[in-house]
Amino acid sequence: MLEELYREIILDHYAHPRNRGRLEGAEIAVEGVNPSCGDEISLYARVRDGRLEEVRFEGRGCSISQASASMMTEAVRGKTLAEAGQLADRFKAMMHGQPPDEEQLGELVALQGVRRFPVRIKCATLAWVALQQGLREYEAGRPARVVTSSEDEL
Amino acid sequence: MSVPWEVRRDFPLLQRSVDGKPLVYLDSAATSQKPRVVLEALQRYYEEYNANVHRGLYRIAERATLAYEEARAKVAAFIGAPPEELIFTRGTTEAINLVAYSYGDAFVRPGDEILVTEMEHHSNLVPWQLLAQRRGARLRFVRVRPEDGTLDLDSLDRCLTERTRVVAVTHQSNVVGTINPVRDIAERAHAVGAVVLVDGAQSVPHMPVRVQDLGCDFLAFSGHKMCGPTGIGALWGRRELLEAMPPFHGGGEMIERVELETSTYKDPPHRFEAGTPNIADAIALGVAVDYLQAVGMDAVRAHEKALVRYALAQLAEVKGLRLYGPRDPELRGGAVAFSLEGVHPHDVAQVLDGEGVCVRAGHHCAQPLHRALGVAATARASVYLYNTPEDIDALVRGLERVRAFFGLSP
Repeated sequence: MLEELYREIILDHYAHPRNRGRLEGAEIAVEGVNPSCGDEISLYARVRDGRLEEVRFEGRGCSISQASASMMTEAVRGKTLAEAGQLADRFKAMMHGQPPDEEQLGELVALQGVRRFPVRIKCATLAWVALQQGLREYEAGRPARVVTSSEDEL
Repeated sequence: MSVPWEVRRDFPLLQRSVDGKPLVYLDSAATSQKPRVVLEALQRYYEEYNANVHRGLYRIAERATLAYEEARAKVAAFIGAPPEELIFTRGTTEAINLVAYSYGDAFVRPGDEILVTEMEHHSNLVPWQLLAQRRGARLRFVRVRPEDGTLDLDSLDRCLTERTRVVAVTHQSNVVGTINPVRDIAERAHAVGAVVLVDGAQSVPHMPVRVQDLGCDFLAFSGHKMCGPTGIGALWGRRELLEAMPPFHGGGEMIERVELETSTYKDPPHRFEAGTPNIADAIALGVAVDYLQAVGMDAVRAHEKALVRYALAQLAEVKGLRLYGPRDPELRGGAVAFSLEGVHPHDVAQVLDGEGVCVRAGHHCAQPLHRALGVAATARASVYLYNTPEDIDALVRGLERVRAFFGLSP
């Protein structure tokens, strides 16, 4: 059962996070925090011609929150803002029990094992909730740098 | 003087297993398990004499009233106090809020100071923040020494002034286990005219506690951490303070005479128990107190001290493991916080759960303390009278499994 939670690809992203670091002058910069457990993600994205040209993150927290953020940065890079928002919806739908859209989600499907551990679901969705908040702020023309919270406790 | 291992048999939940592995419960600082006698007392009340207290003229109501007031006397005696100074509350949090609202709103003035410590559980910090905001008072803080998780008592003297109205301090840390020198703190606080509230949530269940020895003015504690049910706890307060305090909640049970515009209130403790109280759980808490006294609180303390000594020695052998708090078991209680290098505490707790070992991970409702220690979160194992050295061995085996799972070198 634990192996379903900690899939090899998740542990790999945790040990070797991709796209880690700040992005100065990013159009999207948003912080996500998980108040109940202290997980933190700072997410940065550079927007060019309506696409996420570069996406990076910083943060600290458990393997699930950090691996999910790392995998997300790879998954959304190069996507239009609308595509990134749709992917976030699909990801959250999977985490909340919908059958995964494997074609769209790709290796993110590895995180579906987290569903069997209800208190960890918000660790997996933290980066995605932050991304959606960042997209909304950007589209509303509000300045970068907002703080959002994780999904409510289930 | 020790706790016989047979006490384990008194706790039905400890006989259970998870995924075929025996359940190893190391989270009693969060809530304790309940002995069968406590569960039976709840059942008996509802099946045999469920009736409201302090008003019925029929026999089961008299029996319920008697049992409820007997429970008050037992819980009061457990901390060396007379029953009229013991108020039943929902738990420690409500007890502290009662003091912050009732005493605080009446006696704390703008510009006064409230002194708390960085070590506090949020329940002994946030009510004082709210009081400070309501009354225009100022909060000051006794610092924690990060190296050993003890209070910096030099900073206590610097913070105590003639403006200090309230000093709120935990008797025993729920994270690092530190037992604070409450009597000494109370003497210094009284010297400047402050009243002293002690959070006893982690001490009253685990060691002999007598309010005369603490020298404090208020003591708050929870039933569910001392073999009792959830939803019941207590506030002890010095009689002359309780008598001077206005009610906290208004309603039935706490009044003498009610006119349309005004009312007069009962004497303590009933002044502070508005509405139908938590009768069943109060009675069961009285039974929990009987149970603990039959074992003996000196024996409980000695048992936990020996277990902590063993745990600290065994955990120190785990590679990459960092311990927080005092190393001397004389100076600390049964909550042992630790971290494992390279693995987040949540992942530690998750893998341990896979081994049937229950520990807590996170900030344990003490974010300022974790900031003082320089960490975001810790894992915490905590023991009680029913734990054994075998439970510690299972924890250590589980931690080796965590290390292997996350690819750390053996």
